[in-house]
Amino acid sequence: MAHAKALPANIGVGLAPVLVLVVLIAPVALGLALTLLPAFGYLPVLGGERLTLTYFAQLFATPGLAHSVAVSLMAGLLTPLLALSLVLLFLAGTAGTRLERWMRRLVAPLLAIPHAAAAFGLAFLIAPSGLFMRLISPELNGLSSPPDVLIVNDYWGLTMSAGLIIKEIPFLLLMALAALPQIEPEKRVAIARSLGYRPCRAWLMTVVPALYPLIRLPVYAVIAFASATVDVSLILGPNLPYTLSVMVLQWFNDPDLNYRFVAAAGALLQLGVTICALLLWRLIESLGAWLGRRWINRGERRSGEALLRVSGQLGVGLAVLVSVGGVLALLINSFAGFWRFPDNLPGAWTTQTWSRALGEIAQPLANTLLIALVSTAIAIVMVLAVLESEQRAGRRLSPSMLLLYLPLLVPQIAFLFGLIVATEFLRWAPDIKLVIFAHLIFMLPYTFLTLAEAYRRLDPRWSQLAATLGASPWRIFWRVRLPLLLAPCLTAAAVAIAVSVSQYLATQLIGAGRVPSLTTEAVALASGGSRGIIAVWALLQALIPMLGFALALFLPRLLWRNRRGMRGLN
Amino acid sequence: MHRRLTGVSSAVLACLLALPAFAATPEPDDWEQVLREARGQTVYFDAWAGDPQINSYIAWAAQQLQSLYGVEVTHVKLSDTAEGVSRVLAEKLAGNVQEGTVDLLWVNGENFATMKGNDLLFGPWAEQLPNFALVDADNHPEMREDFTIAVEGYESPWTRAQLVFYYDSATVENPPRNMRELLQWTQSNRGQFTYPRPPVFLGSTFLKQALLELAVDSAPLYRPVDQAQFESITAPLWEFLDALHPQLLRAGRSFPGGGTELRRMMGDGEISLALSFSPSEANAGIVAGELPPTVRSYVPSGGSIGNVSFLAIPFNAQAKAGAMVLANFLLSAQAQAYAYDPEVMGSATVLSMEMLSAQQRALFESIEAGPATLSPEALGNTLREPHPDWMDALERAWVERYGAR
Amino acid sequence: MKVHRLQLENIHISLEGKQLLALNAEISGGEVLTVMGPSGVGKSSLLAYLAGFLAPVFEASGLTRLDGEVINELPAEQRNVGLLFQDALLFPHLSVGGNLRFALPATVQDKEARIEQALASIGLEGFAERDPETLSGGQRSRVALQRLLLSEPKAVLLDEPFSRLDSHLRREVREFVFAGLKAAGLPAIMVTHDAEDADAAGGRVIQL
Repeated sequence: MAHAKALPANIGVGLAPVLVLVVLIAPVALGLALTLLPAFGYLPVLGGERLTLTYFAQLFATPGLAHSVAVSLMAGLLTPLLALSLVLLFLAGTAGTRLERWMRRLVAPLLAIPHAAAAFGLAFLIAPSGLFMRLISPELNGLSSPPDVLIVNDYWGLTMSAGLIIKEIPFLLLMALAALPQIEPEKRVAIARSLGYRPCRAWLMTVVPALYPLIRLPVYAVIAFASATVDVSLILGPNLPYTLSVMVLQWFNDPDLNYRFVAAAGALLQLGVTICALLLWRLIESLGAWLGRRWINRGERRSGEALLRVSGQLGVGLAVLVSVGGVLALLINSFAGFWRFPDNLPGAWTTQTWSRALGEIAQPLANTLLIALVSTAIAIVMVLAVLESEQRAGRRLSPSMLLLYLPLLVPQIAFLFGLIVATEFLRWAPDIKLVIFAHLIFMLPYTFLTLAEAYRRLDPRWSQLAATLGASPWRIFWRVRLPLLLAPCLTAAAVAIAVSVSQYLATQLIGAGRVPSLTTEAVALASGGSRGIIAVWALLQALIPMLGFALALFLPRLLWRNRRGMRGLN
Repeated sequence: MHRRLTGVSSAVLACLLALPAFAATPEPDDWEQVLREARGQTVYFDAWAGDPQINSYIAWAAQQLQSLYGVEVTHVKLSDTAEGVSRVLAEKLAGNVQEGTVDLLWVNGENFATMKGNDLLFGPWAEQLPNFALVDADNHPEMREDFTIAVEGYESPWTRAQLVFYYDSATVENPPRNMRELLQWTQSNRGQFTYPRPPVFLGSTFLKQALLELAVDSAPLYRPVDQAQFESITAPLWEFLDALHPQLLRAGRSFPGGGTELRRMMGDGEISLALSFSPSEANAGIVAGELPPTVRSYVPSGGSIGNVSFLAIPFNAQAKAGAMVLANFLLSAQAQAYAYDPEVMGSATVLSMEMLSAQQRALFESIEAGPATLSPEALGNTLREPHPDWMDALERAWVERYGAR
Repeated sequence: MKVHRLQLENIHISLEGKQLLALNAEISGGEVLTVMGPSGVGKSSLLAYLAGFLAPVFEASGLTRLDGEVINELPAEQRNVGLLFQDALLFPHLSVGGNLRFALPATVQDKEARIEQALASIGLEGFAERDPETLSGGQRSRVALQRLLLSEPKAVLLDEPFSRLDSHLRREVREFVFAGLKAAGLPAIMVTHDAEDADAAGGRVIQL
């Protein structure tokens, strides 16, 4: 064939996909196997030597299981549905406006707030004794003590879904903004407008059908996360009964070791629920496509424009407001002394919580930074290697690369215990190296998700041109592709850092607790801590991702300050 | 190819087996030898880390151990003790019998029963500790019994806890002194009380306390659960809870996740009566600015459940000698008196005052306990923990009845 | 000045078993072969094939000789075949000088002088440090051609090189591109559907 043959230099890169899959799939598969066997009763150390279905029977006899499953499913569908709709409506209504540019800048810091921190922020804001109620009491409602109403931990997990939606809106926005330039929305909208369609409507009709396939995988990631979240559910989710994921975690931690078997069966059910949510979403996709086609075919050009425009801006605006309000609530609480209920602000302020935390922060901070930076560097190199091998092979990777997303779909708790047993078998001592490796498993899919589109959509003419000018594949990579893709690479790195920083189970369980990080400290303290302590550690946890995103935003601007052509590309 | 692989893997196996990491098993009887062995060891102390006061206390103990015995202590911070149990279990599962990652574990009750029952513990060693004499175990049987399970030297006592109620004396004049009064009180103070959701430890303890008070005969509670009698023994409890729940905060539709949330609700004025497993919690809350200074504690008139929490060494711990030295230090008058200080941890001591020298007693007597802390006398009658079986059975029955509507 | 020579022998390109084009041609230095035809007949595939970028979905056969040497099996960067696109495609992250330097072979001594010399030849003295985005359309086209020439190609492919330019600019750019190629003695293949391009090139025209 006439296209470039695999030179020796390409062999290393060509192996990259295999390597990534091994790194990723081997532990997941091993961990999963060692978790699934107990679900069917096999765990010799606990006397389980025969395969049996009794633990599934026990699982299904759990009181409230049906409701738990229903809430997990609902959160898994409601979250992507609302988050995605609002993101699309917002983009449609603000395309090319100042509001959109403003949002572009806000996306990163919003994304940087870890899920748990955002959930605490939301709880501190809207709980019956939260900041919002304090601000309006007693002036507006005459209350002198918090109203006895169930807001947080509600039966149907609506607050939990709200918390998830608020967190997923910036994620989907980032993914959509990254994918948009590829489909040239301006041209599409211009054509539709010349046919008489109002702009917001035009965007929805012409851009969304092309955009959705590009952000489908991130949407699936949202579904998987929302249907299996542990931390957000523990903070905001229902507790009578708990969501399935939390039940599984509690069974795993039950002092009665026989519950390990039920936990394993539950983990398998959780996997089923996540898959079920994904399948239902496929149905929603087809339904949406059918409705969308009908809508487009009706040919209506003007009506409802204002409503469409306003609903997106209102929804996303509210989400941003609540996020910012949550951070504000965390900030106030972190400095609060005793704060009697209807008072708008604390009666006394203190820096004691901060100074105590800062006195203990050195080791966890150092660990968190080291883990995040090393694992991010490895993740970026691996993902770049995979994408580069794709470029050089001149075709998309085989469908087996979809396995890359497996760690997003399999509930963490489902295979972490198995993974511990696996590392034990291999006699890998729990240390920071092992933790970095465990983080890598969860970061790779997100890094890939963030970088792949940008990498693939880079105009192939740049590298072709460089090759005809005599540049070798490596020179093209270093001197052309990498600089052109610096901004998306940095964004992917920031996302990877954020994912690493937020890992709790992978750090605590794999590191045997010997590698304290900001998040393990935060969670340990949150298990007994006061609002002040929770607030301080939640903010500390948000700090590193925030710095990461700030760098990702400002470094390219600094480097390319004299290169106008680089602005459009980012 | 096949043969070669087998060759390679058996070579690897041989290497693994020949690994020199042979953690010598110390002989607890020879304390001098234990001290010698401990010097230079690093002890990984897995302990729940939800309370910054306790964390600071452990950090202090670590410093002391370094300077006194040359033992390095690392606090492995757990959000749930079961994480540590899981870890040891996973290690046993993988056949790791010498290179365990947990050296000392803060544990009691169900977790201890589980670990002892599954041969996950090293021992016996606890009664050989020089400071064990100070607890006067012959006159304090709770030091040899963890939730009715015989300790048999597999764990060393550390702290003492007892169920107490606390209330805001600014708004509540006569807090209820027993479960029947509690029901009446909640009927006239709707939404002013709630308890953590079992199986949260404090919530389960509330169930046990209520059952001990309400049961016709408490003797069966100190034996393993007899399923045939479970319904009839617990019937008064469910009747009580059925009546109580509609009067609770959120009408029993949601329960707090633990003692800290309860404390926060108290501070916010959402409730005016709460419970705690630490007699000094209310005082610590006031000091930390989380509770109004008018909060006071009390013990139900018939006494309340109290227990001792212990320190255990897993069977595969690498620094067993160091772990023993740490456990012994935490049992010293110096360490116990420091823990007793409400500014530090406010924990009731496991030591018997009679066994202490005048000098050692003075360490305790010099400490101001704070207005919301209960003195040992005010703690009144300590009710023994029921058999651990009950905890589990009650939790499950509770979840079945109220855990899902 | 060495005059180069490009020979296409029995080139066949097909997609999913359907033949797109078959071609035999010989182009000598300074000559431009124009390939014309409507969209979709495989004009671009021909250039991709010759440059070494043909996507694996296409099947191709035949021999390409450059100065007698068969280059079919060589990777793109070793073929010495230069390429001009519709757009100037100056690397946006490099300065004007950086773009030219990128094209200079590693063995070239005194790169700065070569770059200044190249800029001077197109009336852009002192532009080395400029951001390419600040150049006018005509200036960009000139820099792109200079960049191509500095890479010392032995043949050049032109992919509708003038179609994005305004009509008045088009004439000017055409003139200096063809003049530049002729002066360098380079054989060229141009793909276009503008008859004026073909006239201006003055060489043979193949209709596909």
